[in-house]
Amino acid sequence: MNERKRDFATVGKSELKVDGRGLVTGKPLFTADIDLPDTLYVKILGSPHAHAKIVSIDTSAAEAMPGVALVLTHKNTPSTRYTTAGQGFPEPSPYDTRMFDTKVRFVGDRVAAVAADTREIAEAAVKAIRVTYEKLPAVLSIDESQAENAPVVHDEDDSKGIYDAKRNIVANIDILAGDVERGFAESDVIVETTCETQYAQHTPIEPHVVLSYLAPDDRLVLRTSTQVPFHVRRIVAYALGIPVHQIRVIKPRVGGGFGTKQEILLEGVAGLVTLRTRRPALIEMTREEEFVSSRTRHPMRVRVKLGARKDGILNALEMEGISNTGAYGSHGLTVLSNTGSKTLPLYNKAPNVHFYGKAVYTNLPVPGAYRGYGATQGYFPLEVAMDELAEKLNIDPVKLRRINHIRAGETSPIFVKLGEGREGVEQIIESCELEKCIDIGTERIGWAQKHGKKIREGSWVHGVGMSVHMQGSGIPEIDMGAATIKMNEDGSFNLLIGATDLGTGSDTILGQIAAEVLGVPLEKIIVYSSDTDLTPFDVGAYASSTTYVSGTAVKRAAEKVREQIIDVASEMLASGMLNIDPSQLTVADEQVRTPDGKSVTLAKVCEQAMYIKDQFQIGATASGLMHQSPPPFMASFAEIAVDTETGELKILNYVVVADCGTVINPKMAEGQVEGAVANGIGYALTEEMQFSPTGGVRNPNLFDYKILGMLDMPPLDVVLVDSYEPTGPLGAKSIAEIGINAPLPTLANAIYDAIGVRLTRTPFTPEKILAALREQ
Amino acid sequence: MINITLTINGEKRQFAVSPGETLLELLRREGYKSVKKGCESGDCGACTVVLNGRAVTSCIVFAAKADGGTVLTAEGLESGGVLHPIQEAFLEEGAVQCGYCTPGMEMATYDLLSHNPDPSAQEIKEALSGNLCRCTGYVKQVKAVKTAAKKLTKEAK
Repeated sequence: MNERKRDFATVGKSELKVDGRGLVTGKPLFTADIDLPDTLYVKILGSPHAHAKIVSIDTSAAEAMPGVALVLTHKNTPSTRYTTAGQGFPEPSPYDTRMFDTKVRFVGDRVAAVAADTREIAEAAVKAIRVTYEKLPAVLSIDESQAENAPVVHDEDDSKGIYDAKRNIVANIDILAGDVERGFAESDVIVETTCETQYAQHTPIEPHVVLSYLAPDDRLVLRTSTQVPFHVRRIVAYALGIPVHQIRVIKPRVGGGFGTKQEILLEGVAGLVTLRTRRPALIEMTREEEFVSSRTRHPMRVRVKLGARKDGILNALEMEGISNTGAYGSHGLTVLSNTGSKTLPLYNKAPNVHFYGKAVYTNLPVPGAYRGYGATQGYFPLEVAMDELAEKLNIDPVKLRRINHIRAGETSPIFVKLGEGREGVEQIIESCELEKCIDIGTERIGWAQKHGKKIREGSWVHGVGMSVHMQGSGIPEIDMGAATIKMNEDGSFNLLIGATDLGTGSDTILGQIAAEVLGVPLEKIIVYSSDTDLTPFDVGAYASSTTYVSGTAVKRAAEKVREQIIDVASEMLASGMLNIDPSQLTVADEQVRTPDGKSVTLAKVCEQAMYIKDQFQIGATASGLMHQSPPPFMASFAEIAVDTETGELKILNYVVVADCGTVINPKMAEGQVEGAVANGIGYALTEEMQFSPTGGVRNPNLFDYKILGMLDMPPLDVVLVDSYEPTGPLGAKSIAEIGINAPLPTLANAIYDAIGVRLTRTPFTPEKILAALREQ
Repeated sequence: MINITLTINGEKRQFAVSPGETLLELLRREGYKSVKKGCESGDCGACTVVLNGRAVTSCIVFAAKADGGTVLTAEGLESGGVLHPIQEAFLEEGAVQCGYCTPGMEMATYDLLSHNPDPSAQEIKEALSGNLCRCTGYVKQVKAVKTAAKKLTKEAK
């Protein structure tokens, strides 16, 4: 397998981003970077109450203001219920959302929108709307939501797909493999841990933004910062009641997404304004709106119980999750599914596994997709429990992982039992270098010298912690991405992909895959992505799918094109006498060659096909639909120091070692890990949305909600191990999400190693550390 | 409206601005789209430009207050299709993911390197601490600033 890797010409090299030049020069590439004449500025009015009926709305004063073109409320907009979750059809999220509803369900929920000539007028007009509310009792926590006779968040009768609306339960999951009761009864050691995670926001530096306008043929164009352009087209068409063919969605450069832009939030409103006024419309979320009214991570309470034999082999695994899905059920079922499905197969030695739980409504902001997608919340208690188990068994925590983790050639019953909101797909792991990841990580962090040593320096105590992880690569038998390649007469190619680059570098790595197969340098691949009029379908950028699923589509399309090239070339090289066996021809270095050294350039081949003989366009379209979702693997290690006087925590060194199969572009893959781990460290230590007693967000800005800046970033050592996934394009699998799962348990375990307290509620602030120390 | 004069990327221009208009709003409406809007409260650094030789977050500077000043944006770094060494370094080191924070980071780097041509890693982190990035984890950006410093020193020789 390594022989094949060495043969690559462009794959495995840190090629520069194909869109990099435009980005470093600040070209107008993002949604709001183009100015259209007569653009209306749209401002949205949010609810001041966590739960209330709208008794009346008086928009007359707003409508009378000069420069106001349109005011939208529930009275003059479609009443269709849909889901904002940008998932494949049929979406596994409930249809519980109206563009503008007669009831508001969280502080910041949408009440009305004003379209005006300028932002100032729109903002003033929003303030002139008079709304009378009938306040309702609100449920502001998981426990309040599940109390007897709790207020019902969704009492309307036209929502669909809610598991039990009267009890505020969006989704319910219960899967069982083996017999856990017996499993625990037959275990020598049992541990149980419950962890709780907080509300956290993605904070892409570019907030949600959409610009809509009418094309010359009167069709609606949505230029939008999205991860899911094709789902935007379908869901907006449904919500507005217009045909799909009336909408074109263009995804320009996107200023970060991390899941929050896998959501259809603004596009329908902008589209409606444009259709009604025939003018372009721009909606930009402010930073405050991004915190309050876009999407967040699902806060969860997850309990893990582990039973093991004396030798450390796990015998029974139980995980119970309860997820707060806020006021709407977007991604409620599937995020909870992944809390189990992306974590439990990692420890496949346990024959008895039980995963169950529910996702519940509250009158709080709406969680959605967020990098890690439930796995992050599941790994925290799982890996903390593994640490506790190791202590009880008196086995090194590293060794406990080694003897229990899944390996190549093995499977887990969970793969079949639990997919994304439905049954999963059987899968045998074909590539797993977790053992190597653990070897390298323990060595680089100095585990043997540091673990359990509690080295003191004044009031500071050192500790090390670790955890191991897996994720997936796309959703098997659901996610599909397609690619089209066409050839030009200078031997270059256009690569057209629905895949959605939101800063991840997917345009570049998909270009590298095409270049590799077609035997050309990357600059001969002209990449164009994510435009529903011009590129083939792709589900979009989520579930760590692009490299594996869309990459497979690109590889297949390139192989079809290469076959056509060889057909034309074999006739050209035969020179009328010889019969050439096409299977003997090679395509590399922009040439087609025979084994005896005769060659023709790709440019000449295309010239032949385009102008000279039996003319046709060399080109092909192919799709990627995968039957597996091969997990990437990761071992994560941190060395920290805790000040026992102040509770301050410093990360002295962070080491992550990952197996993502073939690394298509090392710098970009490292960048994915670095970014995911940095986000995970923020989630573990500083990030938390705080709420007032009436459900309002108290810190909706980047001053009071602290994400890591350059000075906060600890030394980060990222290693990608040599690996090859046979089912992946040129051996690749995913890398985007896995890193964000690591810091929570790794740091919790490191804190325990240093000061002997188990923190089970995030974030691990100095106050919590100090309080735990005092309790000790 | 207030009439002001600004020299932007070497070009002297006059504008009529409203009293509350920020430098960010003025620059974007006049076509300098490299200047990004991320928070409008000076917290994220996406709107960083160099004003009179120092990096500022243009979202919290009133345009009228900048009257008579000299502004440099990322558009002004590139010259005749040739990338500035700072831009080259960000590109080559893989310091760009989504690219939304990149122009602001480049301008903060420009300020740093024009006052300190050979900064330490700690000095780089201090100078760019106001420029938030959610994609990268900053590892490659610190490296890019170091590479840019080397390129500029070489160029000066």
